[in-house]
Amino acid sequence: MRRRVAALAAVLAALTACGPAEPAADTAGPVAQGEAGEVSGTLTVFAAASLTDVFTELGDRLMADHPGLDIRVNFAGSSALAAQLEQGAPADVFASADENQMARVTDTGLATDPKIFASNPLMLVLPPDNPGNITRPENQAGAPSLAELLDHDVTMAVCAPEVPCGAAAAKLLDEAGLGGVPDTYEDDVRAVLTKVQLGEVDAGLVYLSDVHAAGDTILAFAFEQVTNEINRYPIAELADAPNPDAARAFVDLVLSDEGQQVLRDAGFLEP
Amino acid sequence: MRRRRVRLAVPVPLLVPATVGVAFLVLPLAGLLARTPWAQLGSHLATPGVGQALRLSLISASLATLLSLVMGVPLAWVLARSGIRGRSVLRALVTVPLVLPPVVGGVALFLVLGRNGLVGSWLDETFGITIPFTTTAVVIAETFVAMPFLVISVEGALRAADTRFEDVAATLGAGRWTTFRRVTLPLVAPGVAAGAVLCWARALGEFGATITFAGNFPGTTQTMPLAVYLALQRDPEAAIVLSLVLLLVSLATLLLLRDRWLGRSGTPVA
Amino acid sequence: MSLSARVVVARGSLALDVAAGVADGEVLAVLGPNGAGKSTFLRVLAGLLPPDDGRVEVDGAVWDDADARTHVPADGRSLGVVFQDALLFPHLTLGENVAFGLRMRGVPKATREATAGAWLDRVGLAGLGDRRPAQLSGGQAQRAALARALVVEPALLLLDEPLSALDARTRLTVRAELRRHLADFPGSTVLVTHDPVDAMALADRVVVVEDGRIVQAGTPAEINRRPRTDYVARLVGLSLLPGTGEGRTVRLDSGGVVAVAEDAAGPVFAAVRPESVALYLSRPDGSPRNVWPATLAGATLHGATVRCELTGEVPLVADVTETAFAELGLAPGARVWATVKASEVAVYAR
Repeated sequence: MRRRVAALAAVLAALTACGPAEPAADTAGPVAQGEAGEVSGTLTVFAAASLTDVFTELGDRLMADHPGLDIRVNFAGSSALAAQLEQGAPADVFASADENQMARVTDTGLATDPKIFASNPLMLVLPPDNPGNITRPENQAGAPSLAELLDHDVTMAVCAPEVPCGAAAAKLLDEAGLGGVPDTYEDDVRAVLTKVQLGEVDAGLVYLSDVHAAGDTILAFAFEQVTNEINRYPIAELADAPNPDAARAFVDLVLSDEGQQVLRDAGFLEP
Repeated sequence: MRRRRVRLAVPVPLLVPATVGVAFLVLPLAGLLARTPWAQLGSHLATPGVGQALRLSLISASLATLLSLVMGVPLAWVLARSGIRGRSVLRALVTVPLVLPPVVGGVALFLVLGRNGLVGSWLDETFGITIPFTTTAVVIAETFVAMPFLVISVEGALRAADTRFEDVAATLGAGRWTTFRRVTLPLVAPGVAAGAVLCWARALGEFGATITFAGNFPGTTQTMPLAVYLALQRDPEAAIVLSLVLLLVSLATLLLLRDRWLGRSGTPVA
Repeated sequence: MSLSARVVVARGSLALDVAAGVADGEVLAVLGPNGAGKSTFLRVLAGLLPPDDGRVEVDGAVWDDADARTHVPADGRSLGVVFQDALLFPHLTLGENVAFGLRMRGVPKATREATAGAWLDRVGLAGLGDRRPAQLSGGQAQRAALARALVVEPALLLLDEPLSALDARTRLTVRAELRRHLADFPGSTVLVTHDPVDAMALADRVVVVEDGRIVQAGTPAEINRRPRTDYVARLVGLSLLPGTGEGRTVRLDSGGVVAVAEDAAGPVFAAVRPESVALYLSRPDGSPRNVWPATLAGATLHGATVRCELTGEVPLVADVTETAFAELGLAPGARVWATVKASEVAVYAR
């Protein structure tokens, strides 16, 4: 067993270390050897806003391995992207922040065979100086509930219900009886994050991955109902992709160990 | 019998591009009408958000225009008549919102009037007033992007106006403020009206600065353009209906206003 | 003196330095070519332009005093101004225009309207109070402008080329009416014009301004009879010939010799009225001792008279009838002979 793993590792290292790399393979299967190596041209990826840092990083890596390749990523709310694809926008890959938006695209036959590559729970975030005075109840073990954290009047930003982040946020708030709390529904999750970072709102609901990305610029609270609504992220190649080879390469990279590691580092959970 | 060549009212080299221009502007609107789901019009219109968004849009655009008139007309006068130094710099600054992407304008407004902004933090500390995410923020955002239209239009009218009438008024005993009210303003009224209409239309259609600075909340800050944008993401038919409503309301207002101003004074004023 | 003014303005190429006084009920005409500074003088009197130096005083009130740095702006002066283009406010009715000055003085509405109406009657515009300025003819507009200026009973009335924009026929009627109204006006009037007929017809006294300075002052008759500059002379149609008197002849600076009826000595002007000059195609015999060859440089028609500009050793302006002009078959460039009776040459010291 150990020898097999070592051999696997050695081959992987050899393949990724030198020359034009093979497209990284799925962890579950054998290492692909001698496949069509070089991909080039332009690759257009439509990705949910929450994937901004991860996909930029993966895109850079793929471009480094394939010098003839140019990757353009369109980051926006998943529902806006789905709508654009329905209207015929040309793209190679679609990565959505929930399965509902992917369903819009697969139902119309624009994409097939989506694969879940990550999941992303919501967290409550605050500006560092906590203008809303949000505190954990004292002497309590375990995570507090949303209702306990938001037991007083605060200014809050969440995503609009049309986008995956907002759909999840709406459900969580409604379950906690806090449906009327938000003061603004933003178009995508990064807009919510920005408003929290600027200190313009007292609290916001953003993804765990956004918490990682924001680092010191915000405070984050996990809460009891976190696991109730976790968005699962699917990715799919589009049927009419102008550059199917590059599309495949990108999807494979996202699903590979390397891609998964980058996702993990950014705070995404396993699919 | 010789055939007479008919001369067109418009020379052909001008007619062709003009026709293309008209088509360019009108076809998208025609497309909107063609794709309207007429059968479901009633049910889409009945959704509560629509009435709210429309009311909010009309009210905020009108308030923004009012604000623009109050600040913009005196500003235009300073630019056109005052003769103070640095007017060209002032004019350039005043018209910056015209070339600034509206979202950038929204961000800039945040930095000044946001809760942690230059002025906003003082407002928050002293009076407990925060502006973002309120209807006030919508009006401010719309005024920011639309006022330059008014200023430019009025400044142009003031420059073109005959200043001799102001001399006449002075010799008849009118002080400077009275002259402005009773002579200058009436003479440039058509220019002010045109500027106000442009301003109103721009304010009505404002999106970027509004969504950035005022946020998006049904009834308070979700104007029609925002509603359309979000609707487009989940239900394109609803978006089309909303767009149609906005288009018809705008068209009606523009036509009404234009008629009023043309028919008002019997004399054509420069 | 009801108006006593000394005005000095230096701006651009204009250096204006003019002093004038006008008594109550008197009309002073300021006559001069374009660019002479007449309108600038008027603007200073109106308070629209502070003078660089000098003093303006009306009825004892000091309106401008450069030394004391006093300047009363236009809206603080008891003024009535009639502008060349009438300049009635286009957005107001005629009645509202005329009543404007009263409104500025806080006169209540009913009184305003009555007074304005009375004035419109006086200037012959009865019943037109609801019309807009755009609906009026030039003459009507100018009458209304006069009413607007006089309704406030100003201490000083200023008229800036009031008849220049009117056509010839209207000018005649309006001038006559203006004469009547000016006669009734108790205050001081200053009339600026480049048309000598206006000055002659309307003014009690005239000052001629050229290049910012007064070059001649006097009654209209004096100016007419004895012009002191080329400009004025040309204006009144006189040929003004500078020369040196030598008894019964004057040797002109331009070379020719003119026989005159009175003895003259020293530097003089020999002045010839245009109607005194007779033109012939060939040299005439007979009594006139003044016979000169000349060339027709230009001819302008005034009514039924042709004013001919003659060049030669004795440059002259001659008026001939249209018929005579045609009979002589004259055209610019033609060689003619000009004669003038010695008794019709006026000589006066330069």
